[in-house]
Amino acid sequence: MNTDAAIHHDDAHHDDVPKGFVHRWLFATNHKDIGTMYLVLALVMFFIGGAMAMVIRAELFKPGLQLVQPYFFNELTTLHGLIMIFGAIMPAFVGLANWQIPLMVGAPDMALPRMNNLSFWILPFAFLLILSTLFMPGGAVAGGWVMYPPLILQTGESLAFTIFAIHLMGISSIMGAINIIATILNLRAPGMDLLKMPLFVWTWLITAFLLIAIMPVLAGAVTMLLTDRYFGTNFFNAAGGGDVLLYEHIFWFFGHPEVYVMILPAFGVISEVIPTFARKPIFGYKPMVYATASIAFLSFIVWAHHMFTTGLPVGAQLFFMYATMLISVPTGVKVFNWVATMWKGSMTFETPMLFAVAFVILFTIGGFSGLMLGLVPADYQYHNSYFVVAHFHYVLVSGAAFGIMTGVYYWLPKWSGHMYSERWGKIHFWLSAISVNVLFFPQHFLGLAGMPRRIPDYNVAFADWNMVSSIGGFVFGASQLIFVGNIIYTVYFARDKAPARVWEGARGLEWEVPSPAPHHTFSTPPTILPGMLAHGDITH
Amino acid sequence: MSQQAGAYYIPHGSRWPIIAAVGLFIFMWGAAHWLDGIEPEGPILLFTGLAIIIFMKFGWFGEVIRESQRGAFNAQVDVSFRMGMMWFIFSEVMFFGAFFGALFYSRGLQVPWLSGEGHGALTNYYLFRGYTGGWPTAGPDAIGGAFKTVPAWGEPLLNTLLLLSSSVTITIAHHALRDGHRRRMLVFLAATPILGALFLWFQAHEYIDAYTHLNLTLHSGIYGATFFLLTGFHGLHVTLGTIMLLVILYRTWRGDFSKEHHFAFEAVAWYWHFVDIVWLGLFLFVYIL
Ligand code: HEM
Ligand SMILES: [Cu+2]
Repeated sequence: MNTDAAIHHDDAHHDDVPKGFVHRWLFATNHKDIGTMYLVLALVMFFIGGAMAMVIRAELFKPGLQLVQPYFFNELTTLHGLIMIFGAIMPAFVGLANWQIPLMVGAPDMALPRMNNLSFWILPFAFLLILSTLFMPGGAVAGGWVMYPPLILQTGESLAFTIFAIHLMGISSIMGAINIIATILNLRAPGMDLLKMPLFVWTWLITAFLLIAIMPVLAGAVTMLLTDRYFGTNFFNAAGGGDVLLYEHIFWFFGHPEVYVMILPAFGVISEVIPTFARKPIFGYKPMVYATASIAFLSFIVWAHHMFTTGLPVGAQLFFMYATMLISVPTGVKVFNWVATMWKGSMTFETPMLFAVAFVILFTIGGFSGLMLGLVPADYQYHNSYFVVAHFHYVLVSGAAFGIMTGVYYWLPKWSGHMYSERWGKIHFWLSAISVNVLFFPQHFLGLAGMPRRIPDYNVAFADWNMVSSIGGFVFGASQLIFVGNIIYTVYFARDKAPARVWEGARGLEWEVPSPAPHHTFSTPPTILPGMLAHGDITH
Repeated sequence: MSQQAGAYYIPHGSRWPIIAAVGLFIFMWGAAHWLDGIEPEGPILLFTGLAIIIFMKFGWFGEVIRESQRGAFNAQVDVSFRMGMMWFIFSEVMFFGAFFGALFYSRGLQVPWLSGEGHGALTNYYLFRGYTGGWPTAGPDAIGGAFKTVPAWGEPLLNTLLLLSSSVTITIAHHALRDGHRRRMLVFLAATPILGALFLWFQAHEYIDAYTHLNLTLHSGIYGATFFLLTGFHGLHVTLGTIMLLVILYRTWRGDFSKEHHFAFEAVAWYWHFVDIVWLGLFLFVYIL
């Protein structure tokens, strides 16, 4: 489809934008509107979870109890984890998927638009449910986001509310994932073969599969918590023949694929952005697809690396250690291919590219610490220490969250029709990239020196690095205000119009339609012409 | 909306999803209150939520049915619906997988370890000396007291036959629908929810028996937990499936389905086969072995 035709469609459908708040947002069926709502929700949750993190870092600024009571501290770490994972990272990626997948595969919308609305609107209610527990007798859940029994079964009234909130999030994720799979498999424009799809679409296809496979398992695990607590079952009670480790097994069968749910779409974003700014096609397209698929497969057989210190049989520990090591092979393929894509490219470093490069470097650091944790004897030392905290924040903050920011800067001009402020984007980037390291790198040292995670007070020996880490935390938190400011500026105040092909080197269907992308994009399947796609030639 | 011929059907904005979200929220909110013993708010909220959900189902499905009869859906939309249903069933498989996993783990690993096998020797020696494991078990403390299990070759066997034949009847009904034999279709379709209801009747009877005569309860250690959660969730699915069958029976009788266009019929049939297959797993692993 050429640009004129797209503009023409824009005119034809202009009056289709529903009038009024209720009709446009509450009754929404448009993938762009729903994508926007997901992204806004994620941003709000990012700040709610972020505020909790600021209190945590303030309490840990120096040894001794300053600001909060230990129990409240535990509530904060627990809710911070749940909110960031289920409220910020996951919805943000679903928002990106909603906006981009139909544009990238040439579909008119998501395959099941009304279900799409339901998937979104369940979420605000779920978070209402979970946040309300802060004010309940006995307080919110405080046993960590993993909710291990028996500790979690001692929660006050809020346990049932939290579990039902998790059920709601699960329902939402499953429906969202079904929608994404149906869109990708069924709504591609003619000529958009599976192996010509953009990598972002590929990674989401595989992520959606993971989601449908694991969210029900989490639902099962928390349902067993619920019945153990309220209906007298003995799933997790050894005296009744049950086992607390049963919970850990089921939870981590969900949990490890879940971390890939949070990182694979980021891989997808990075695989779009690096070729654009290196002005070269991605190096090894098919290996990227296969690597993603093998990571997804392997992610189902490594879960017990979270349980090395629980007394598993040695044979099991060895199996899970080797399987964990194996994941670094496809992960290495990905990192290698990103670097090879940049090799001898004519690169420029606009904000999305800066975030993408930082992603590659910092995610790799997180991968390496993961590798260290995956070694059984080493993990005996590191487990439950700040080293683990450092590891997963490298992969989740400078990994997943940076991936989201990359995507937002990359596509925001397409969504809003305006350029963001490059200058403030760069300031946001440099402040974030530096402070995130100040924040999390010292936590490696703290962990190796023996500081346990999830404690409000600590030995004075850990004082210095904690203070450094907290300072990094405050700077990182404050820098994110620039991000919001830049987004608000772009959407409401920016003057300069973004062209259809926002980035010189960008290829793919989304760059063939005007910016902002019209409310209804491809009412009829677009004709894909040679050279439009980033991967694979079109022969009609 | 203005659609070119052959284009994909994109529905207008709809109020049903947000009603569904509110209904679900109130339902869950009420359930949590009720569990925490906050009454009467709990039950009131729960049933209000349930009423909203039922109202929403009628409204939402009604709208889709009207659109479908207006011919708004082309073959591509049909494929989307089919994919939606298939992946939904896959998610259900994984949900049951969690409970089957719990059963295999506790029976195959946990209970033997508690009884001193393998690396569980010291646990057994210091904490649970004298516990010899085996299956069924209510654990070292025999929580819930001694109990007997439901014999596989009584009602469970009967229920297996009922569900298997219901899978046959719905398949015959489906073929009859495709061949245009209305009478045969109605008869066999009507037989299916009847078989489902009979299944539920016998299962209810089995539960009552378990509680009153066998002393097998939710509280009966790990055996009671896995037994009741597995069969209970399955029973819940049979209940939902039976309701779905009644709905498509009504719609068939009304003449909603044509030889070519009967996605709802097929979706329910798939669901029913899925419920059947889960039962076979239950019969084998929960009752026989
Ligand atoms: C390179 C591959 C990776 C390896 C080998 C790896 C390995 C590990 C291991 C062994 C642990 C357990 C440490 C312990 O508790 O003692 C762990 C924890 C964790 N990892 Fe990774 N990891 C990898 C990638 C990732 C990614 C990509 C993410 C998320 C985007 C992630 C998120 C987490 C989280 C959240 C935890 C902590 C869970 C908790 O206990 O609260 N990891 N990782
Ligand atoms: Cu893991």
